Amino acid sequence: MLQILNTALVALRRNVTRSMLTMLGIVIGIAAVITMMEIGNGAAEQISSKIANMGSNVIMVRSVALQRAGVSAGAGSGITLTGADCNAILEGCPSVAAATPSVRGSSVQAIAGGENYQPEQVASGSADYFDVNEWSFEDGGPFTERDVSAAATVCVLGTTVAGALFPDGSSPVGRRIRLNNVIFTVCGVLKPKGANLMGMDQNDMVVVPWTTMRNRLARSGGTASTVSGSAAHARGDVYAAASVQLYPSRDATQTANYLMPIRFDNVNNIQCKAVSADRVDAAMEEIAALLRLRHRIPAGGEDDFELRNMSEMLEAMTSTSALMTSLLLIVALISLVVGGVGIMNIMLVSVTERTREIGLRMAVGARGRDILLQFLVESLLLCLAGGLLGIACGRATSIVVSSVKGWPVSPSAAAVAVSVAVSAAIGIGFGFYPAWRASRLDPIDALRYE
Amino acid sequence: MNDSTSSTPPAVRATALGKSFGSGEARAEVLRGLSFKLAPGAFEAVMGASGSGKSTLLHLLAGLLAPDTGRVEIGGADLTAMSDGAATRFRRRHVGVVFQSFNLVETLDVAENVALPVRLGHGRPDEARLAALLARLGLSGKERRRPAELSGGERQRVAIARALFAEPDVLLADEPTGNLDLAASRGICALLRELHAEERSAILLVTHDPVVAAAADRVHFLKDGAIAESFDTGHDAAEISRRYLETWGPAGGDAR
Repeated sequence: MLQILNTALVALRRNVTRSMLTMLGIVIGIAAVITMMEIGNGAAEQISSKIANMGSNVIMVRSVALQRAGVSAGAGSGITLTGADCNAILEGCPSVAAATPSVRGSSVQAIAGGENYQPEQVASGSADYFDVNEWSFEDGGPFTERDVSAAATVCVLGTTVAGALFPDGSSPVGRRIRLNNVIFTVCGVLKPKGANLMGMDQNDMVVVPWTTMRNRLARSGGTASTVSGSAAHARGDVYAAASVQLYPSRDATQTANYLMPIRFDNVNNIQCKAVSADRVDAAMEEIAALLRLRHRIPAGGEDDFELRNMSEMLEAMTSTSALMTSLLLIVALISLVVGGVGIMNIMLVSVTERTREIGLRMAVGARGRDILLQFLVESLLLCLAGGLLGIACGRATSIVVSSVKGWPVSPSAAAVAVSVAVSAAIGIGFGFYPAWRASRLDPIDALRYE
Repeated sequence: MNDSTSSTPPAVRATALGKSFGSGEARAEVLRGLSFKLAPGAFEAVMGASGSGKSTLLHLLAGLLAPDTGRVEIGGADLTAMSDGAATRFRRRHVGVVFQSFNLVETLDVAENVALPVRLGHGRPDEARLAALLARLGLSGKERRRPAELSGGERQRVAIARALFAEPDVLLADEPTGNLDLAASRGICALLRELHAEERSAILLVTHDPVVAAAADRVHFLKDGAIAESFDTGHDAAEISRRYLETWGPAGGDAR
């Protein structure tokens, strides 16, 4: 065996340039595979860390769309969750550490002094909002439960909004800004977070108490307008703070005439945070049981809400990035196959060139098997050497990519193992035909070959 | 030398060998019922015009070709009855071959080339025998040279060393001096004679050079696919030349 290895090495050394060029295909293929795997892994890791950053033990409770005779009435048509549900979850579910309702708002215009800015997102919640979404404060602090129950005109700004409204860099805390026509007092500024998974700037945000959103800010579209259109206190009432009525009553005629599937203190969703990541499932069960009870859903009846947790989202996101990675891998594998064809080509040339040597070996006692083995080892060596070089090149490329482009990469032992296996397989697979041809040569013809 | 009643089997015995190449119009009958015997330790030569089937005979005797008819026995073993693999294994131990040129594997050094048949049989080369043989052939100190670094005569000597290394029953040499200059050619002939005295192997030379044939004890003329004439050389090249011309005529060459 050593003899065979030695022979193969000598044969490869005899034509170094050609061996190198032959290997190039494999080198490029393996390098591409390694780089793709490392970048893909890096992306997957970044996604999971971003999801963790969003709160990995967050459970989202949403109302499901209203269905009539199997036809969905669309998102928001069946809003059945209320602020009271949220409070009940907090009290009745031991696995839930914090919960915040959320009312969707449309865009608002924020004005402070001469500055005018439209925040990307207006979020709403209870005082737990910041805990659930893992926000911390750069300046000031969160609004309180009292603010929530009073639908107080207080807000928390993200750093992007704060910077836009107060470009001089002064602290916004305690200052007054206008959101649409309502004057708010800024009570805190959030510590910046990076972009979220969709690439949206998470800091381009204003957070207000959900009650304030429901009664003062939310307008047109969705449920708010359906209801508040008939409410005594229209949104956008500049001087409304004096007499806020949180839950306006319906009069008898209204109740009779409008069979509205929504309740007035309804919220779009409730975000809950489990006490720990391993109790997410327990928390989900508790929430489901509680809500079924509260919504009077009979056993076997269909839930009017749905629960989602981030691990599902994580899976979805990871599978997207895994798809991308595997697509790129396929491209890389194609280049490997091309490299393999190059190997086969050169081995065929080599067999032709060394016909006399093969004939001589056979004449002095080499069997077809010996010749086959010799050429197989040669092509195997060629591919393995190419594979190792490719692994080195791939590592180098991904290091360069990560330092130049700032993409996350993560070295993968599996990729290296797979690359070695693949290059060996290519060596044997594409080397077999030329080696077989060599082994089938007739020694006499081979000796006569000029 | 040709004692057929001897109890030891002959080194080589060919019986009624027939071999043709091609088919139909292009069919060429090269050997027609050739019978031939080489006693153990004998040194004989086969001469013939170009295309008379000398090389084919040698390939048949080496088991590189299978005859259409007839049998080849080496040291009493029937080569024609063996499978390809078995014939190859047999060849490693019992037959040494030397060709006109390209005898050596370019990628192996001298010592490796000599030990190649043993290595192919997964055996361990006898280092003492290797060193002694190389020294005997004047190749000491050149064990690690590659064939490309040797002269033509040296290369043929390496080939002879390889053929003799396993102490085969017979050494078959196909025009071993065909590619050499006169001096190197004479050197090889002298060497073969000396080796014949020292080694136990029988030697069969195929050549068209009377001077080379004169190194052998006995010469056979191959004509029309059979042995036409056999006689003891007396190591007299002039006599061989005379007889050769008698057989083929002064026009030489293509008297098929």
